[in-house]
Amino acid sequence: MEYELVIGLEVHVELSTKTKMYCGCSTEFGGEPNSHVCPICLALPGALPRINKKVIEYTIKSGIALNCSINKKSRMDRKNYFYPDCPKNYQITQHRFPLCRDGYIEVENSEGEKKKIGIERIHMEEDAAKLIHTKAGTLINYNRAGVPLIEVVSKPDIRTTGEATCYLQKLKNILRSIGVSNCKMEQGSLRCDGNISIRPKGSKKFGVKVEIKNVNSFKALEKAFEYEYLRQVKAVESGEKIIQETRRWNECKNKTEVMRAKEQARDYRYFPEGDLTAINISNEWIEDIRKTIPELPYDKVERFIKEYNVSKHDAEVLILNMGAADFFEETAKLSRNPKAAFNWIMGDISRLMNEKSVSLSKLKFKPEDLVSLIKFIDSGMISNNIGTEIIEEMFVSGGKPEEIIEKRNFLQNSSEDEILQIIKKVMKDNPKPLEDYKNGKKRAIKFMIGLVMKKTKGKANPKIVNDLVNREFNKN
Amino acid sequence: MKLTAHEIRSMLKNKEISVEEIVRSYLNRIDKFDTILGAYLYVEKEGALKRAKNLDKKIKHGEKMGRLFGIPISIKDNISVKGMQNSCASKMLQGYISPYDASVIKRIEAEDGIIIGKANMDEFAMGSSNEKSAFKLARNPWDLSRVPGGSSGGSAVSVSASESVMSLGTDTGGSVRQPACLCGVVGLKPTYGRVSRYGAVAFASTLDQIGLMSSDIEDCACLTQCIAGPDKNDFTTVDMKVPDYSRSLTKDIKGMKIGIPKEYFEDGLDDRIRKSIEEAVDVLKQNGAEVKECSIPLVKYSMAVYYVIASAEVSSNLARFDGIRYGYRSKSFKDYRDLYFKSRSEALGMEVKRRIMLGTYMLSKGYYDEYYEKALKVRNLIKNQFEEVMKKFDALIAPTSPTTAFKIGEKKKNALSMYLSDVYVLPANVSGMPAISVPCGMVDGLPVGFQIMTNYYREDTIFNIAYSFEQSTNWHKMSPQISEV
Repeated sequence: MEYELVIGLEVHVELSTKTKMYCGCSTEFGGEPNSHVCPICLALPGALPRINKKVIEYTIKSGIALNCSINKKSRMDRKNYFYPDCPKNYQITQHRFPLCRDGYIEVENSEGEKKKIGIERIHMEEDAAKLIHTKAGTLINYNRAGVPLIEVVSKPDIRTTGEATCYLQKLKNILRSIGVSNCKMEQGSLRCDGNISIRPKGSKKFGVKVEIKNVNSFKALEKAFEYEYLRQVKAVESGEKIIQETRRWNECKNKTEVMRAKEQARDYRYFPEGDLTAINISNEWIEDIRKTIPELPYDKVERFIKEYNVSKHDAEVLILNMGAADFFEETAKLSRNPKAAFNWIMGDISRLMNEKSVSLSKLKFKPEDLVSLIKFIDSGMISNNIGTEIIEEMFVSGGKPEEIIEKRNFLQNSSEDEILQIIKKVMKDNPKPLEDYKNGKKRAIKFMIGLVMKKTKGKANPKIVNDLVNREFNKN
Repeated sequence: MKLTAHEIRSMLKNKEISVEEIVRSYLNRIDKFDTILGAYLYVEKEGALKRAKNLDKKIKHGEKMGRLFGIPISIKDNISVKGMQNSCASKMLQGYISPYDASVIKRIEAEDGIIIGKANMDEFAMGSSNEKSAFKLARNPWDLSRVPGGSSGGSAVSVSASESVMSLGTDTGGSVRQPACLCGVVGLKPTYGRVSRYGAVAFASTLDQIGLMSSDIEDCACLTQCIAGPDKNDFTTVDMKVPDYSRSLTKDIKGMKIGIPKEYFEDGLDDRIRKSIEEAVDVLKQNGAEVKECSIPLVKYSMAVYYVIASAEVSSNLARFDGIRYGYRSKSFKDYRDLYFKSRSEALGMEVKRRIMLGTYMLSKGYYDEYYEKALKVRNLIKNQFEEVMKKFDALIAPTSPTTAFKIGEKKKNALSMYLSDVYVLPANVSGMPAISVPCGMVDGLPVGFQIMTNYYREDTIFNIAYSFEQSTNWHKMSPQISEV
């Protein structure tokens, strides 16, 4: 029998606010252990939470970017559980009335068809402390306790691991582009759990779901879900029942392992957080936040394809770095040569930025300068190779292309008469290639072109050189 | 020697006495009487004297005197004062020193008040007799064989026995008003949201309110003035300007409409107390108030609602006392679960455990809707009924306690009869409205008090009615004779 995979994702994203969710402590990653703490995030007797307005703003911003509706009336709830990483032994989160509901992310399946993956809800909550297990005992670092998070819960709309990675990739790129999180999986600022079940293809009924935790990279996500699919299929085929449980992905053993069964499922005793008042959100505030959202990355991809005729792949490469996309767009518009703009930015300029560890915002030249370089090349006044030399100098010294061309005498020779004189001289000095050519060695013509280019130090228009050498070689 | 803050202030202004002398005389009384009275769990002797000396220098230099200049104030041991213990009268927090000040403490110190110690209480503010203190008994200064009430028992004793001039307590279900009543002092629970709770150890977040005790209304109004008002550290405080209460003490209550809710005067109320309150009402009538009977039928559900909400919230609020970061930790344990289990089992008292277990049960899956959710709904109905009645009246009069102070040990075994002693004070916590208890008589040598309740944020009206009554009687001038030990 053929089985269909059904996946829902729960993604935790740390928000990049300057201060924690319920106190004024810094959210900076790292730092001396237990240096970003105060009575509130340590849950000292008598301390009360106060809500960071920026967290509400970022959550709403995320909701708008992910096509959600925003609940104008919302509140915080307590989730009660005892664990040493939770200083109050309850987490202040949202249970009954999350801030955002009913959104979606559009993904593409392997056939390139578009499909909407529904988002059930986005709610805000606080992160827990970090436990460090040592031989001498467990240490607790409270720096992370109280750092704001949003949890983005998808509907069980995902059908393949490919869709799952696409969904997560898009979620990550969208949230990064609106500046609410740096979404670094390796630092734990983006964490993903999955609910996985299988069902016979064509069936409408959902199977028993298994929760998979500790999926800490895109690679792990693919491997874990693939493994879990096969495990469940194998189990069902051999007549076993799938049990509702929580499993952990073990990166070393390449398999999922049982963490806790459903019987051990916790009762969190949710109830409204009485220390914080209800959250009422005005339409004006939502509209103000909407205005701060830039063009979203995947809208930009569509537009780049349409307006600049770049490939989907090129457009996606560009939006991974929003700065590059802007640089590209300006260059493409002014130069009317998007292909060249893309090649320069993703080619030599990217290479130089990587080599010298320079970010786009620190570049010494502007899109206009790149535009004039492209125009020099397009008009045949300089060659592509010379262009590379010029861009390297622009990168280091920040000079204008026209100044560098003038200073270094890079202008290309396009005079047919002059070039022909040079060709004739070179042929006279090197008669062998012509002989070889006449004896059937067709490649000798390329050798001659090389000699001519060398003589002109690369400044002769290569097309003219090519044409003229061909004419001379085939004269009689 | 019973002195009020305003009397001390004029003595200081007239240079009849120094702050140091004031503080020393209160410390002496603590030395002399507190072994038997048990009002304090901690006395800040050196700190208070040092502060007194600094304030004397301020006088010398002619600097401005804050509203609470040189006044010795006791603080219930569940309100954080930087550098002092904050034990909540529990073994769980024995030896815990608070590294920060509650917002109310900052405000008191900004007005030059002097914190002289931390007052005894029922463990984590759960109790009505102060007998649940894990450390010591507190005795009623009027009769040492009787309880002072609770949970802010130590606060009431300290003011009643002149071991402090004023005191801060917490009132989650009458814990300021009931002991104030039993010890013959003034006790106010301000409107929920009027005074910041930041730094007061949470019992039930939606019911807790810091309250205060004093010998008379002028002092009460003055201290309220100092601590009230919005606080960015407590999101439940209301962003509303606090009126100048000294201006509301006019004694003019002519034409004021006062309601007597009949549900407060049914069976269970001691007849002699009923008579005292009727006499108090007569005084208010004589001063020009229009008094009428009224009814708040749903008030009888206050106790049920209160115990569901308070227990549910406390089960969560007390979860942080786990032996990990501070407080009591069991000597031996296998793993972190065992650490929680043993530390909490060994350090928390019976009453605290009873309520945590009740609350945990009531919040559990399948029970939440039946208990907590339903209690919130009934609470709203009770609120609505109070709000309706308050449209017709400026204030309501009610008893504070059904009996005078009971004997130590009398109700210790019977939780329900202990709970019933709070029946008249709970509704103000459930509705969130302000209420005060004012001394209004004596029965068998024990003080009796009555409550004045008003609409939200109308503490000014409370003060004026109370002041009008107080200035027409002498009950506030009574003070107990304590036999020296």
